[in-house]
Amino acid sequence: MSDFIPVKFCNGCGYPVILMLLNKILKEMDLSAKTVLGLDIGCALLAWNFLPVNTFQTHHGRVTPTMLGFKRARPNSISIGCTGDGGAYAIGMQGLAHAIKRDEPITVIVVNNTVYGMTGGQVAPTSLHGQKTETSPEGNDDYPVLGPEFFKPLAHQEAFLARTAANDPKQMMEYLKKAIETQQAGHFSLVEILSFCPTHWKTKGAETINYLNNLKEVFKPGVI
Amino acid sequence: MSNDNKKFVTGGDMAVKAAIDAGAQMMYGYPITPATEIFTGWVKNKQKFLQTEDEVSAGFAVCGGVLAGQKVFTATSGPGHVLMQDGFIMAEGMRLPFVLFAAQRGGPSSGTVIYSQQEVMLACYGGNGEGMRLVYSPSGPEELYSLTRRAFNEAWQYRFPAVVLTDGYTLKTKSIVDFSFIKEIDNFPAYPLVSEEKVIHWPNIYTSEEELNRELVSAKTDFDKVTPLVVTSEIVQTDDAEILLIAHGIVAVAAKDALAQMRRRGQKIGLFRPVTLRPFDKIALDKAVGNKNVKKVIIVESSYGQLARLVKDDLDTTLGKPFEYIQYPALGIEVDEMITQIKK
Repeated sequence: MSDFIPVKFCNGCGYPVILMLLNKILKEMDLSAKTVLGLDIGCALLAWNFLPVNTFQTHHGRVTPTMLGFKRARPNSISIGCTGDGGAYAIGMQGLAHAIKRDEPITVIVVNNTVYGMTGGQVAPTSLHGQKTETSPEGNDDYPVLGPEFFKPLAHQEAFLARTAANDPKQMMEYLKKAIETQQAGHFSLVEILSFCPTHWKTKGAETINYLNNLKEVFKPGVI
Repeated sequence: MSNDNKKFVTGGDMAVKAAIDAGAQMMYGYPITPATEIFTGWVKNKQKFLQTEDEVSAGFAVCGGVLAGQKVFTATSGPGHVLMQDGFIMAEGMRLPFVLFAAQRGGPSSGTVIYSQQEVMLACYGGNGEGMRLVYSPSGPEELYSLTRRAFNEAWQYRFPAVVLTDGYTLKTKSIVDFSFIKEIDNFPAYPLVSEEKVIHWPNIYTSEEELNRELVSAKTDFDKVTPLVVTSEIVQTDDAEILLIAHGIVAVAAKDALAQMRRRGQKIGLFRPVTLRPFDKIALDKAVGNKNVKKVIIVESSYGQLARLVKDDLDTTLGKPFEYIQYPALGIEVDEMITQIKK
């Protein structure tokens, strides 16, 4: 990209690296022109003018049905939805589950930072047991949704469900590429990416890296 | 005239035929009475469709389809119409040519399943915005057809989402329709709003109040420009009318019968029927109500004043005519009953 676009994400956020690597993969696969990136509402919405691909914002929890509508209308497009963990596994869970059940040939990128970032740090469906947030001040009572594992029984055998992390670019690029190839082969793909949120984790520097690495104990990276 | 063009059909059949003739390519649906037959009729006609898991997904899939340039629509009712507003407001915000059949049933909540006129406000103003939508209220099967054709054309031409607001009586009633009323009209072509040729970054959430305000001012300017091209109403025998009825949709069918019977008895009665509810034919309304002979205006509807609110929003307040209301929320209004009430 030649034009300079100021990053609107918080300092230390995982989104910029995720989007940058997605862009790199699309370029390598020569798919930028065919790609349509739909954004959920939440921190994902800030990506609306970030990449040199067609991009539009949708509603909170609604990027999956929007992108499957786009894909069914234009089957040769690469339809990608980008959403946070709340958009995917709370308000958008029903739409996502049925898109997986029907094996809709779209790709959903779920950026999981275990917290509602845009609204100021409330408990998320992925918050850890005991995690303190604005709406779990005494610690989260329940346990996190493990998205890809949860959806695995619904998925077609050719679908691709995986988890990676913002601090593992090699694996992230491998999975994003595989996800897009899966869409091209006519199947559903979901890549959950564990991501940094130092703003709401209230961490600094190495603490943030450690926090993310500790998440991998609960949210195991790999192909699910 | 030959009878070859006559067929015994439901309103649902007419809606489906209209969508096919309009060049609709895809329907997303979730079954709900009394809109289901539009969906099943579409499927029986071997058209492309997807049954989604709820009305929310149906609505957003419609948004995705129109972004890609597909002529796509959905149909719902009552509580489904409430859920449908989620996708419909995205269409309103982004000016997407989303076409929706809203088949009114009784409410609130699950209400009853066939009939009411209680979804007028929902269809016109059901979003968190300004109601910049095209809303058509057909009276009878022929108009259900012709207004559906218009809804598709005008949604794509003017880039506002469109609602064909009907009800289960209209959709389920089977009647003989002479298809020779159908005129050859061109379909406004669908086109991709997001294309491979040009990269666009399209927000529907704004950082500043000023940005959103500019969008709304621009949309309102366009809506006002389109208004004279879209507004439609029917005026029946208003020149000498002392009583002016105002009714829409299927109630206006009964109102016309009541009017004919009362005219035969020498009563000077007329009818103003809004065909488009959004935008509303304010000029024709003011003229009909302002007619010097009119002594009284009676608004007749199957709700507690949803049409009345639209009328009063649009009416010239200086006309000073007395209003009366015949309101049967969630009930059909038969001709005899209407005449009895008018005479009171």
